[in-house]
Amino acid sequence: MRTAKLLILIVGIIGLALVVTVLERRTVGAQEPQASGSSDRLVVQLCDGQTKLEIADARAGEVLPPEKAREVARRMMAAYAEQQAKQVSKWTARDRLTWEREQKRVIEEGYKLFHDWRALGGTIGISCDMCHPDAAATHPETYPKFQTQLKRVATLRDMINWCIENPMKGKPLAADDPRMIALEAYITSTRKGVPLEPGKH
Amino acid sequence: MWPLKWKKREQEYRRQREEFFEAVKRLNRRDFLKIAGLSAAVFTAKQVVPPHSFQVVDVVRANPQERPLFRFAYISDTHLYERELNERFVNAALRAVRDVNALDPPPDFVIFGGDLAQLGQPKELELGKQILSELKVPVKMMVGEHDWYLDMGEKWRELFGPENYSFDHKGVHFIVLMSVHEKDFWTARGMTPMERMLTVAQLDSPLQNAFEVGEQGREWLRRDLEKVSRDTPIIIFSHSPLYKLYRPWNFWTDDAEEIHKMLAPFKSVTVIHGHTHQLLTNRINNIHFHGMLATAWPWPYAPEGLPKLTVPMERPDPFDEADGTGWGTVDAYRSGYVDKHYNLWSRNPITVAKAYLESWGKEAIPPAPEFPPY
Repeated sequence: MRTAKLLILIVGIIGLALVVTVLERRTVGAQEPQASGSSDRLVVQLCDGQTKLEIADARAGEVLPPEKAREVARRMMAAYAEQQAKQVSKWTARDRLTWEREQKRVIEEGYKLFHDWRALGGTIGISCDMCHPDAAATHPETYPKFQTQLKRVATLRDMINWCIENPMKGKPLAADDPRMIALEAYITSTRKGVPLEPGKH
Repeated sequence: MWPLKWKKREQEYRRQREEFFEAVKRLNRRDFLKIAGLSAAVFTAKQVVPPHSFQVVDVVRANPQERPLFRFAYISDTHLYERELNERFVNAALRAVRDVNALDPPPDFVIFGGDLAQLGQPKELELGKQILSELKVPVKMMVGEHDWYLDMGEKWRELFGPENYSFDHKGVHFIVLMSVHEKDFWTARGMTPMERMLTVAQLDSPLQNAFEVGEQGREWLRRDLEKVSRDTPIIIFSHSPLYKLYRPWNFWTDDAEEIHKMLAPFKSVTVIHGHTHQLLTNRINNIHFHGMLATAWPWPYAPEGLPKLTVPMERPDPFDEADGTGWGTVDAYRSGYVDKHYNLWSRNPITVAKAYLESWGKEAIPPAPEFPPY
């Protein structure tokens, strides 16, 4: 009995939190306008940012009385439960958003470093973009490959460090230096979709 | 000023050079082949990359009767920082000056193709002027965007004069045309002069606008062309290619079509441009276009828009900082069209002959690279 009570309490709290979210969104006008004619109906959204519920007997902008709000919360929880039951993937929409956001962030960081000789520890005013506008002629898809001048099979990372040490007259970066990772992310992003051809000269 | 080691090498270089050119003067075809073989053998034995100016190269002439009227040389895109920050670009510029001074017979003049400075700093421009003042023949100056956008050309004009001008030489009308104006992108963004300079100096910057000759420049050109008869050959120097190749890197002149229209009535027009740091060839109707090499560094080819007539140079070796760079000479013929010589420092020189352009790429085809751009 105690567990059941506890469960109801938790469900109630989540439900209320959802309603608060919905009401807040309405007040700041974040709700998407409805394309259909029934635009005056209240539309609420689950916290996945996608699933929408139209409340038939409530008007848009209406402040719901407590019972009705609880009813809406109950329906939202039901929709959520239904979704959870169908869920196969471990990953949620939130995960997807995180992946995209972090990828974008690190690519942008790489772009900045690529255009900033000081940030990469260069000492003679030469930055990556001066020879590689839009990362042209970096061809990350061709590594690893034998680099005659280095006398060994080299990776993109080796070549980045080679450029930092030689034309830029800086100090090489550690493999796990966030700047190295950012540079790799930016450079490879410019060749997205190009077939891998390791060893190509 | 130079360390002793370099001084010795420099003396050895000059001695070998003189010997070589003396030999060339006495040359017939059989001896030519002998010397060519000999010089190659010497270099192989020494295991050094030969400075191209020593290497004997047989130049194929489509029409041996037709001799060029005159020769001029070019040096372009030195992108000088102050010497304290970057000696490499200074040394490259000095090397080009020494190479041009070593030409025998000397060229009639040298055109400097723009981007003397990297960030338009007065000290960079002054250093450039000092280096170029060591040339033994007259220098014609052209402005590039790297020289211009810190103070909108103020210091450059103070040092070198107006950005648009023309002159006549041995029957050819030469025009130096400022083609790297941009519509104002900086005021609305509240940029400082240095921010404006850095934006333009970044080739792949999405913030800047397209290069153009602009209304005033076109008006100047129109008035200049009024004085020129239609059968006078015209050679134009512009910093940007006077056509549309690739907008994101400003391998581009936005009002190119209008310029072409103004030049259409003339019998022969040649445009020689900087900015692209690579071997570049194009022809649009009566206009032949040739790029200039940079002394500072080579650019990769643009991902699209490469003119059909361009036989690209082989991708430069990143381990050789001189590869893909150099200077060149131009042989002008009676028609006004030219043989364009690319004197690459780490490779054999490449000639793009006028016959190649006149035949729309059917004759005198330049050598294709074994490893073309990716």
